[in-house]
Amino acid sequence: MFRHLAAKICTNSIVCTNKCVVRSASRFYASGPPPAGGFLPGVNESKFIMDTKEKALANPELAAVKNSETKKLNLYQAVNEALSTALATDDKAVVFGEDVGFGGVFRCTMGLAEKYGKHRVFNAPLTEQGIAGFGIGMAAVGHTAIAEIQFADYVFPAFDQIVNEAAKYRYRSGGQFDVGGLTLRMPCMAVGHGAHYHSQSPESQFVHTPGIKVVIPRSPIQTKGLLLAAIRDKNPVLFMEPKILYRAAVEQVPVDDYVLPLGKAEVIQEGTDLTVIGWGSQLYALENAIMLAQKNMPGLSVELIDLRSILPWDAETIVKSVNKTGRLLISHEAPQTGGFASEIAATIQDKCFLRLEAPIQRVCGWDTPFPLIFEKFYVPSAIRCADAMERIMKY
Amino acid sequence: MSILRAIARKTSVCGLSAANTVGRSFYATPSFTSATIRCLSTTSPKAMSIPTNFPGAVTSLYTEKLDFIKEYETIPTYRVMDIHGAVIDEAHDPKLDSETLRKMYTCMLTLNSMDGIMYEAQRQGRVSFYMTNYGEEATHMGSAAALTNDDVVYGQYREAGVLLYRGFTLDEFMNQCYANELDYGKGRQMPVHYGTPKYNFQTISSPLGTQLPHAAGSAYALKLAGKKACAICYFGEGAASEGDFHAALNMAATTESPVIYLCRNNGYAISTPAKEQYRGDGIASRGHGYGMATIRVDGNDILAVYNAVKEARRMAIEEERPVLIEAMTYRVGHHSTSDDSSAYRSKQEVAEWQQNHSPMVRFRKYLEARSLWSEEEEQAFKKDIRTKILKSFAAAEKVRKPPIEDLFTDVYDEMPPNLIEQKAELDRIMKKYPEFYDQNPHAPSRQ
Repeated sequence: MFRHLAAKICTNSIVCTNKCVVRSASRFYASGPPPAGGFLPGVNESKFIMDTKEKALANPELAAVKNSETKKLNLYQAVNEALSTALATDDKAVVFGEDVGFGGVFRCTMGLAEKYGKHRVFNAPLTEQGIAGFGIGMAAVGHTAIAEIQFADYVFPAFDQIVNEAAKYRYRSGGQFDVGGLTLRMPCMAVGHGAHYHSQSPESQFVHTPGIKVVIPRSPIQTKGLLLAAIRDKNPVLFMEPKILYRAAVEQVPVDDYVLPLGKAEVIQEGTDLTVIGWGSQLYALENAIMLAQKNMPGLSVELIDLRSILPWDAETIVKSVNKTGRLLISHEAPQTGGFASEIAATIQDKCFLRLEAPIQRVCGWDTPFPLIFEKFYVPSAIRCADAMERIMKY
Repeated sequence: MSILRAIARKTSVCGLSAANTVGRSFYATPSFTSATIRCLSTTSPKAMSIPTNFPGAVTSLYTEKLDFIKEYETIPTYRVMDIHGAVIDEAHDPKLDSETLRKMYTCMLTLNSMDGIMYEAQRQGRVSFYMTNYGEEATHMGSAAALTNDDVVYGQYREAGVLLYRGFTLDEFMNQCYANELDYGKGRQMPVHYGTPKYNFQTISSPLGTQLPHAAGSAYALKLAGKKACAICYFGEGAASEGDFHAALNMAATTESPVIYLCRNNGYAISTPAKEQYRGDGIASRGHGYGMATIRVDGNDILAVYNAVKEARRMAIEEERPVLIEAMTYRVGHHSTSDDSSAYRSKQEVAEWQQNHSPMVRFRKYLEARSLWSEEEEQAFKKDIRTKILKSFAAAEKVRKPPIEDLFTDVYDEMPPNLIEQKAELDRIMKKYPEFYDQNPHAPSRQ
């Protein structure tokens, strides 16, 4: 009954979400009650958004498609594009989940059932453990299962299937069987009004599980390349999509088929004084935070890293960066205690002990459930991140 | 009076055809008298026949009776042989060729003998754990014989007979239980967690019920690929209480996947008797709720199991639908080597099943009546198989353990940097403290 209710709320909130994403995004980043100066007016003003073909194709990771055309896509359209490419290039690929048949509650699967057939793009009954288990079964016999969990908040009924089954399938069979063909997509992170069960970032719940990969993109270009890589990777992958970016982030995305590497972080802004790490939509809060911090500390040079793959994670890139800057700030929306920042912080203090000039700082969600009306006070906002940068620099 | 006749009587009073009512509703109320009175006094037959148009139950008719469905017809148990191995209705004898029949029986004897030896081996501390298959041999061999090697098998843990029937050798069983270098699972899982792609038998895992949705997914993939094959998924009646049972049967039904769900209802889940596991009519009664073709069979009657699985396989593949089979049986052995079942059930109860309802004795009588088996063959086979098992056992015990690097491989397709680092750290520790890490029982690196 409660689940049914939840599904209804989700469905209602979709309409609302789709309208509100841009509004809430802009409220978050720009309009008032006025945040402290220095905020960008919206995600699309971010310098990490590739709004021209030239900018998009300048990325060395996209060298393989440097002659491709590009088209303007938001993040949900980039998901759709990746799914369509996966279905077109792999006869054994299927897409399924709750409400994916008509296009999905976030529009990510629009038109796919019509194009590829209802036997390849279909609705599942409302059962997350069933969806994950069914996908494992398809993958176990060599098929490509791309399943959707409607919100990352609802992945927990599938926790057993993911942790005890998908993650251990190859290991426990001595490599005889594997479920590398499985990808579980799920919208994650804050959306402005999602409260407890439409806002969570459960990545750290899964990174304690050897055998799976966890990936979170930050933009449409990243989404297409990372999702295609996740689908084609020979290991089960949880692909978490920041839902606030579904409509808010718009880029020129290469039309051609391309993949971006899993397990690799990306330095999206080079700097020398301070390393800042984030992932997903938090990177835009961090971009704002850097601008704010630079107002108070003119000349501050920050290296901003998008972790992208949470498991396995790219310690090497972070170590290299911190060995250069000597300072580290990690920020994520999920609660602080047991969050992935803890793992990064512990690893970096181990590997960069002699280079660290200040304690590693974590700016995270508070250790509470994700609240409705207090969201602005809960999230690791640009203000909190900028304040932490100041503390690190003045240590 | 049978339930169906009761419906016929009742509905004829109301002027409705019995066939219509029975066809529309599986459920029948046995409260014949009161229902009839209400029917006569308050309900016009015309009003009763009006179909509703609710999308959630498209074939439902309106009724003006306030009837809660409280009692159900108990699903009968299909059998071919009586407990003396005599075929009751000749038309139901599958008349399998003598080679197949003898294979089914010798596999039962082999499994039984292997169980005896391995159980004792665990008692002597030579393997860490074991689970016997006593009393359930017919469900294994009866179903295995009705399938082909193209059919994907998902088991729970008490289905070693299926693997044996498909050709898994004694050495292969022993290697797994000993977690030695030759174990396909590289010594990572507990004993009896078998698996091999050679016989299309997905590796067993301990979490109960998790394999049920896997079977639905695999079956759907077989259908998409146009293969004339199905998936079969074995599970106990205890596992059927897990959420994955519900998820799986519902997904299999809605996706029209060719999968056979075969429940081994042996009366106990460790110490918990079936009465504390559910209050419905076993597991079979749930099939209707999921819109699945369902049957209950005598799991100690190997021919009944064979017939049911054979027809289920045909329906699953040709009609593209899942099928539920509940095989009624009795867990004669302890749950596992970590369990003493006399703590929760009487020895007499077990002895009664062992003596009077043994699936092996029953099948042997069937074979002997057809001159396909004899006491001399029985003795000779038992002696021979015991020797072979002990030989495999001794051989497996002597094989080295897997190389220590196998601890780190196969977590992913390729070892990520953190695992490479952690492997190097273990190597350093082993080198520094050799007295604490005896590597001699282990094989050298595979590289």
